[in-house]
Amino acid sequence: MKKFLTTMMASAFALVGGISAAVADPVKVGFVYLTNPGDHGWTYAHEVARLEVNKHFGNKVETSYVENVPEGPDAARVIRELARQGNKIIFTTSFGYMDPTLRVSKEFPDVKFEHITGYKRSGNMATGNIRFYEGRYVQGVVAGMMTKSNKIGYLASFPIPEVIQGINAFALGMRSVNPDAEMSIIWVNSWYDPVKEADAAKVHIAEGADILAQHTDSPAMLQTAEKAGVHGFGQSSDMKAFAPKAQLFSSVNNWSPYYISKIEQMMDGSWSTGEGPDHWAGNTWLGMADDYLTLTEFENMPAEVKAAAEAAEAKIKGGYNIFTGPFNDNQGNVILKAGETYHDGNLWNDMNYYVEGVNGKIPG
Amino acid sequence: MEQLILTVILTSVPLIFAASGELIAERSGVLNLGVEGMMLMGAVFAFAVAMGTGSPVLGMFAGAFAGAITAGIFAFFALGLATNQVATGLALTIFGTGLSGLIGAPLVGQAIDGLPQINIPLLAEIPFFGIVMFQHDIMFYIAVIMVGLCAWVLNATRIGLIIRAVGDNHDSAHALGYSVLGVRLLAVIFGGMMAGLGGAYLPLVLTPHWAEGMTAGRGWIALALVVFASWRPWRVLGGAFVFGGITIMQLAGQARGWTIPSQFLSMLPYLATIIVLVLISRNREFALANSPACLGRIFHTEK
Repeated sequence: MKKFLTTMMASAFALVGGISAAVADPVKVGFVYLTNPGDHGWTYAHEVARLEVNKHFGNKVETSYVENVPEGPDAARVIRELARQGNKIIFTTSFGYMDPTLRVSKEFPDVKFEHITGYKRSGNMATGNIRFYEGRYVQGVVAGMMTKSNKIGYLASFPIPEVIQGINAFALGMRSVNPDAEMSIIWVNSWYDPVKEADAAKVHIAEGADILAQHTDSPAMLQTAEKAGVHGFGQSSDMKAFAPKAQLFSSVNNWSPYYISKIEQMMDGSWSTGEGPDHWAGNTWLGMADDYLTLTEFENMPAEVKAAAEAAEAKIKGGYNIFTGPFNDNQGNVILKAGETYHDGNLWNDMNYYVEGVNGKIPG
Repeated sequence: MEQLILTVILTSVPLIFAASGELIAERSGVLNLGVEGMMLMGAVFAFAVAMGTGSPVLGMFAGAFAGAITAGIFAFFALGLATNQVATGLALTIFGTGLSGLIGAPLVGQAIDGLPQINIPLLAEIPFFGIVMFQHDIMFYIAVIMVGLCAWVLNATRIGLIIRAVGDNHDSAHALGYSVLGVRLLAVIFGGMMAGLGGAYLPLVLTPHWAEGMTAGRGWIALALVVFASWRPWRVLGGAFVFGGITIMQLAGQARGWTIPSQFLSMLPYLATIIVLVLISRNREFALANSPACLGRIFHTEK
């Protein structure tokens, strides 16, 4: 009797399963998060985009995510599990997932992998990224005009290409309006450690900085700036609520157009990594012109600074290459002569220096 | 320079709270590795209450209360059911991290006004020393007073003697008629309350917002600090400033362009703890005299 019941139930489940598969059969999409959406920074921006994906596709797509996944080899276990669960496309949203994603991509050739902010690819693993440095150039322009002490304090996470690009773009923006200003960098060695970020901000202020910028994820730096009466820029999402008087503006990461277009490509079969001589074909690296990076309202600054910020934003949207010569590194070596420009490959392969205006040298 | 020293002191306060509470628990013979979890519970409740009522002082009490309740969970298992203390403590950290994240989810993205600064009259006017020592929020003063209180109770009172007796030899203490589990329960609850206060200091003073996992490992540093201080309250205070000082020196060194790798400086607190451990355990008598002999050992009453 018991066995009969079990069989009955099993077939009933199979029937129900079969019917629902015939009706909807949503495409499963997986996300791997570094921290949790509660960081109100990097991962929060991804979560906002995931919810946009749900809204856009409705019941055609079923998304799921795993949060607090440590970077490094252990991430492979999580990514593999997502692939086993039947996710057809998996977004791994931090630099440190690059090698694990690559490894798992070889084990699951039918699954598409989109790794965020890396540079390694395979036949079914593409790279997605935002030109974060564009926003940092505008930050540099504002910082250069706003600073009275000519000292800018910058919090950095890890010395990877993306962060170096940000520092140098900031410095070029700053020097375009104020060649006397200098930046010092504190490496927090973490993407997310609110107390340490606040400590580093306090140290910058104690050392005389009156404008702070960050390439870390929590709003702690801006809160410290608010308390100390200096100014700064928010990261990844609008942090005005934390520092209404201190925030000049935030660069906001908008991942939803990227997610939506990649999922659409996967569904209609046009997804590819675009292997070939063109470094970035098939992969995504867009910025302010395509609304992948948006800037919040320019606030707490005089009208002429605001006008300069708007002009810089418009210039970049119009196609201006930030890494245009002439500029030197901070040891005085000529990097680019007047009229020379960097292409995308240079940004990833050749930028292992600070430009003029940044103090110190890159660790490691 | 004053600003830098001030930063050192502020960043040390959560460590002072959490470590001196843990110190009392360990002196009674209980190793509670759940400090990180208790701190996070304290932090999330402190923030929630401060936001709900508009009073950071009430938030402070809520943090202490939440830490104590969380420690009560540990006590239920580790003392009541005599489970392995190391495993229970680790579980408490994982539990506290998860539960605080769940409770705090609706609080993300909001900011509060932190605790106000209280300048001690006259003393605050002293140049340098006044700025560094007497222009702080209420919790800083409480932290220093609590360290003094812990030292006094442990070394100069009958209660302290009982706590130490229970921690050094629970069978003898039991034979003398003291309730080993009762004393340990109170010590663990006290430790939880202090860890809760340490956690509360983050959203009430240092970074006035709630973020999941915002303690970022400070509970573990507090545990290391207890060993570093070789279970002596005043050394906790000194050790907290040393650990805080190393952190800030590391950051300031970078801002000034020193060439010491920041990763090296980041590991110094742990390195210092290991060196102290080696020094302590090199001499067996010294080790026995300094660490609670029954630390982490389960107490069974004979039936």
